[in-house]
Amino acid sequence: MTALLVLSLTLVGVAGTAVVVSASPERQVVTYSLFGLTLGVLFVVLQAPDVALSQLAVGAAIMPMMILLAIRTMQKDQKQQRDRDDS
Amino acid sequence: MSRRVRLLVFLVGGGAVAVMFALAFLSMPHFGRPEHLYRDLAVPAAVRHATANVVSSVNFDQRAIDTFGEETILIASVVGTAALLRPAKEETERRVPDTGRTLGATRLVGYLLLPVSLVIGLDVVVHGQLTPGGGFQGGAVLATGLHLLYVSGSYPALDRLRPLELFDIADALGATTFAAVGLAGIAIAGSFLSNMVSFGTFGALFSAGTVPILNVAVGLEVFVGIVAILAKFLEQDITVVKEGDDG
Repeated sequence: MTALLVLSLTLVGVAGTAVVVSASPERQVVTYSLFGLTLGVLFVVLQAPDVALSQLAVGAAIMPMMILLAIRTMQKDQKQQRDRDDS
Repeated sequence: MSRRVRLLVFLVGGGAVAVMFALAFLSMPHFGRPEHLYRDLAVPAAVRHATANVVSSVNFDQRAIDTFGEETILIASVVGTAALLRPAKEETERRVPDTGRTLGATRLVGYLLLPVSLVIGLDVVVHGQLTPGGGFQGGAVLATGLHLLYVSGSYPALDRLRPLELFDIADALGATTFAAVGLAGIAIAGSFLSNMVSFGTFGALFSAGTVPILNVAVGLEVFVGIVAILAKFLEQDITVVKEGDDG
């Protein structure tokens, strides 16, 4: 049990660091989703399956999708702005 | 403020936070110790109300009012998103051609997992009083599962499968049911959200009194709420164009 705990805590630490050092927001979404997954595993190891389920659905799937859509919309806006400035 | 002063201010503030954090953590109970005061009170209370899943008992019975607050936050964020992301005057909505390239493997996995995740989501909502999960988790799984349709490459299919006008009504219905159960608690037992329905047999599907009712209400609200928020985000990305642009 303790070895599992140490392993999953380490995974969370590694994934969290990966989120911080990801350079662009698009890459950050992918590492953030992986980070959510490792947190879910940690919650299962800590015997909190209820929290793990929420974490898995919200942190690993819905949040990354929202962030990705927001980034894409912003990039679309910026591109349109640039096109207008050029013409 | 110069760079040097800024750094100084940060170091003072950050140092103070670090010291207080260390002090707070040192006086916390030890990690993983066997005695647990809250558990010793919550577990008997859950068993008294025939709720097998103690976490659900805490969320929907012992501290149901907290969950009610959270549901209100969710509905507020749905309303906020709908208000902020409605198409502006200079924007129009366009029909989306059924394009987009998706890998065959992605499409296959998406379509295979779609029914599976919907069934799991329903199962998690309905068995919230018995097994890990409940309205929030099940609703989130359902919403995620539905969006597998979009990931599998068909936005029009997703668009057809979620009549958003109905979803808005369902969202309000979920929140109203929660409030109505709470008010019924005042009328029957004298306090808001008190568990006044017959508890049934411990471990049976229909047990734990109001817990399964509230779970279904929350499941409905979370499912339609998340779908509605994501729908606004998707619309912004896919269907809304500024006038004079072709996308």
